[in-house]
Amino acid sequence: MYAFEFHRPTSLRQAANLLAKAEDGRVLAGGQSLLPMMKLRLASPGTVIDLGGVPGMTGIERKGRSLVIGAMTRHAEVENSPVVKEAIPALAHLVSVLGDPAVRNRGTIGGSLANNDPSADYPAACLALGATIVTNRRRIAADEFFQGVFTTALEEGEIIVKVSFPVPSRAGYEKFRHPASRFALAGVFVAKRGGEVRVAVTGAGDSGVFRWEAAETALQGRFVPKSLDGLKPSTDGMNSDIHADAAYRAHLVAVMARRAVEKALRR
Amino acid sequence: MAVTSIGARVARKEDHRFITGKGQYVDDINRPGQAHAVFVRSPHAAATIKRIDISAARKMPGVVGVLTGEDLAADKIGGLICGWMIHSKDGSPMKAGAHPALAQGKVRYVGDHVAVVIAETLLQAKDAAEAVVVDYAVEKPVVDVASALAKGAPAVHAEAPDNRVFSWHLGDKAATDAAFARAKHVTSLDIVNNRLIPNAMEPRAAVGDYDSGNDAFTLYTTSQNPHVARLVLSAFIGVAPEHKLRVIAPDVGGGFGSKIFIYAEETVCVWAAKKVGRPVKWTSDRTEAFLSDAHGRDHVTKAELAMDENGRILALRASTKANLGAYLSTFASSVPTYLYAPLLSGQYDIPAIYAEVDGVYTHTAPVDAYRGAGRPEATFVVERLVEVAARQLGQDPAKFRARNYIRNFPHQTPVIMAYDAGDYHASLKKALELADYKGFARRKRESARRGKLRGIGFSSYIEACGIAPSAAVGSLGAGVGLWESAEVRVNPIGTVEVLTGSHSHGQGHETTFAQLVSDRLGIPIENVSIVHGDTDKVQMGMGTYGSRSGAVGMSAIAKALDKVIAKGRKVAAHVLEAAEGDIEFKDGKFTVAGTDRSAGFGDIALQAYIAHKFNGQELEPGLKEGAFYDPTNFTFPAGVHICELEVDPQTGDVRIEKWTAVDDFGVIINPLIVEGQVHGGIAQGVGQALHEGAVYDPVTGQLVTASYMDYRMPRAEDLPSFVVDTTVTPCPSNPLGIKGCGEAGAIAAPAAVVNALTDAVGHEDVPMPATPQALWRACQKAPRLMAAE
Repeated sequence: MYAFEFHRPTSLRQAANLLAKAEDGRVLAGGQSLLPMMKLRLASPGTVIDLGGVPGMTGIERKGRSLVIGAMTRHAEVENSPVVKEAIPALAHLVSVLGDPAVRNRGTIGGSLANNDPSADYPAACLALGATIVTNRRRIAADEFFQGVFTTALEEGEIIVKVSFPVPSRAGYEKFRHPASRFALAGVFVAKRGGEVRVAVTGAGDSGVFRWEAAETALQGRFVPKSLDGLKPSTDGMNSDIHADAAYRAHLVAVMARRAVEKALRR
Repeated sequence: MAVTSIGARVARKEDHRFITGKGQYVDDINRPGQAHAVFVRSPHAAATIKRIDISAARKMPGVVGVLTGEDLAADKIGGLICGWMIHSKDGSPMKAGAHPALAQGKVRYVGDHVAVVIAETLLQAKDAAEAVVVDYAVEKPVVDVASALAKGAPAVHAEAPDNRVFSWHLGDKAATDAAFARAKHVTSLDIVNNRLIPNAMEPRAAVGDYDSGNDAFTLYTTSQNPHVARLVLSAFIGVAPEHKLRVIAPDVGGGFGSKIFIYAEETVCVWAAKKVGRPVKWTSDRTEAFLSDAHGRDHVTKAELAMDENGRILALRASTKANLGAYLSTFASSVPTYLYAPLLSGQYDIPAIYAEVDGVYTHTAPVDAYRGAGRPEATFVVERLVEVAARQLGQDPAKFRARNYIRNFPHQTPVIMAYDAGDYHASLKKALELADYKGFARRKRESARRGKLRGIGFSSYIEACGIAPSAAVGSLGAGVGLWESAEVRVNPIGTVEVLTGSHSHGQGHETTFAQLVSDRLGIPIENVSIVHGDTDKVQMGMGTYGSRSGAVGMSAIAKALDKVIAKGRKVAAHVLEAAEGDIEFKDGKFTVAGTDRSAGFGDIALQAYIAHKFNGQELEPGLKEGAFYDPTNFTFPAGVHICELEVDPQTGDVRIEKWTAVDDFGVIINPLIVEGQVHGGIAQGVGQALHEGAVYDPVTGQLVTASYMDYRMPRAEDLPSFVVDTTVTPCPSNPLGIKGCGEAGAIAAPAAVVNALTDAVGHEDVPMPATPQALWRACQKAPRLMAAE
């Protein structure tokens, strides 16, 4: 770790001001990605702004047809929340297979989304559920929010405050874990709300989370695993590394999608 | 059986210390005035160092010193050594290049040591290390044996122009070739034994300390054999003479072989302590551990098995290329030669065996002993060959093995080893019952109904442990003798301290060794303490590796205990006023035979020190005895492991459903600890088979698997509850009948897993590690046509 300036603001406004002022400031929202990178000297922010002291950024609430989760809500709280389990059990399941207990007890939903790791779980849920990411300045639809590997629509000085998930009628998440890191090698979140079906894929694509439209169309017809028979995403744009080449990843996406639909129907 | 005697399940005495955070590891040791070392490491696999500019680093805050290979050379500090001489087929000695502790002119793998920066704090040392400017002329690396042996490949060391360190062989080539010529059936396999990175929980660390008043050095280091470290640092590297160098290996958190070796970092820390006039501490971080701990395995082998018309094995032939890395580590040359080829007979009566092994330099981290060291590689060759041969002949793999097992002992194999005792049929029979082999076909059908592929695999392994006797290993090229020492010090009130040359880094010696003492002397286990890991306390020792501490280390203790009892008898004769010949010692009491006159062990100890009851000129006061024990043979633990698993053909995911292990370790001191060793060994063997594999980029020579984000360790969730049992044939080659158990699981497991996987997918083309991707691909391939069905 290199030396850095540390701030612990007590209001969102103060945090935003500090972030705007800092030359290479980073927000600390759980630190499960940022801190290891800093320890390895792979990240060297000059200023770290800890959101842990900002009130009103945690909590889980059912608001009509939406589930609203504060940005600083820890994964473990989402995993164990009766409200989440009732509204979107697939989301509670997703969080239960995210990282390990230590990560789940420190990491937050806002931190995960702002980081937008191409293999993270949460982006798949946001994209498939059509979530809205609420910041200190505006509301951003998930379709606009995720813009590529570790890249989001967030602007300088913009901080995620909460995330609002429309409650689906059916949803399921299945992931095949990376053998070593346990991130998603291929994770697929399927959600059905009214007549709309959305399928989001994480871990597999070389530009981060994406929607698999062919599967959405197929499932729109009939929301059953069989609708996906013979369907496989193109290997173009799939990640390829020592653990999984593009063909294997594309295959896994198809298998996970099928299993996610099975799971969504089991409820 | 008393609760703490031999054979009792005594809970580990040392665990209270460890689980309450009271262990003292090297990183817990801080010396007054201590400074911190950070190594500048090569970012290139192969390069010539044109210039090292340390001027900016020297001026950085807190910097105490910046040292390079030039400083080492100026102080006449020698290079690191390989302690086992191997001669090639043509009689020439192995071609070893120099191995300086800090690079001199060239770097040969990513992570190679270029310079050391010593500063007041670790952070200051890290910052200054980044300010060392090294001008490299980058060269093309060779990272695997095939490219290193290709025509025109760059030489890693000028001493070995074709990168062959040795071309060694063992066995009777003519007899083996003749047997193959008349064979009815030959099974042949191409085998890659994957490269592993050890990953002990505690990374390596060193603290060097220099006392200018006495011109004496102390080195605290994570070592499995502190006396060997002192010997090498004194006699070969020349840091200080032995009486001026104390080496302490305190609590050590796992070794698996990787802490046997004498590395650059501890050499530099102890030398630099005098150079900068400050104690110097270095603790490896995990990335450094991946890059610079000696790796394991990495063999490429072509193996063949010849059989007659009845399926009896006639001969075995193996040709192996072993990747030794960029430098020869301390015992690197012995691992793919004498710890490998002599095990190629397995548990089988094979009349002719011939093996040839090329040791090959590459631009990768040095490769040396890792849990099992050569024996897992040999077992994998033998057990894959036997399994595939049985399948090709259409025979049941268990029956095929049984038909070819050695039945009579002692048994001389054609490759050096004389197996002293064993009952391989007994282990197989028990394992088949425990695994419910008969019910496997039903379970396979049930899995198929769920769309899963179920497989079962055997591994009938053998190992040679103890790594002794000295004369034998000496004749094979070892630079040292491989005995063990012990000293038993009885205190005046009858408590006992045992000093041993063995070293515990997870094996539980403080418990098992104390059990032996408690059993022999009839005293409570609480009255015994075990002292190890300090060259100022223990005079000499050879350390712990090769599952040797029970068979060799405890035998030395047993021998010293015999001497203590003999002396105690003499003292008791005076105290009890009887003839020495009439004194019996049993259950902690010296008794005059046929009378009720007796004295407890503690009373006699006290009398030995008071020395009132005997003439000090005729019988020396005191009660302290030492022994050096050199066994008469290797020991030969053996057993049968059976792995049953299920593959998901849609994803390549594997679940191990059941693991059955029946091992013959000879006499067992503490079943609880032995089972723990078996569990850990199996986990590491499963790791090799399914998960672990070091990957170097073939073009750049960068280590791709340099963190847990890419190097996949086995996890608890990967493993079932093991079914572990034993059979016992006592070892006749040591007084305790012990064979050793530390490596068995790691030796047995890989073949059992791969035999089960190949059974599940229906063909032999499954690599290690059998990752989900590899297995998914294997599932796409058509199953073999079954012969004779």
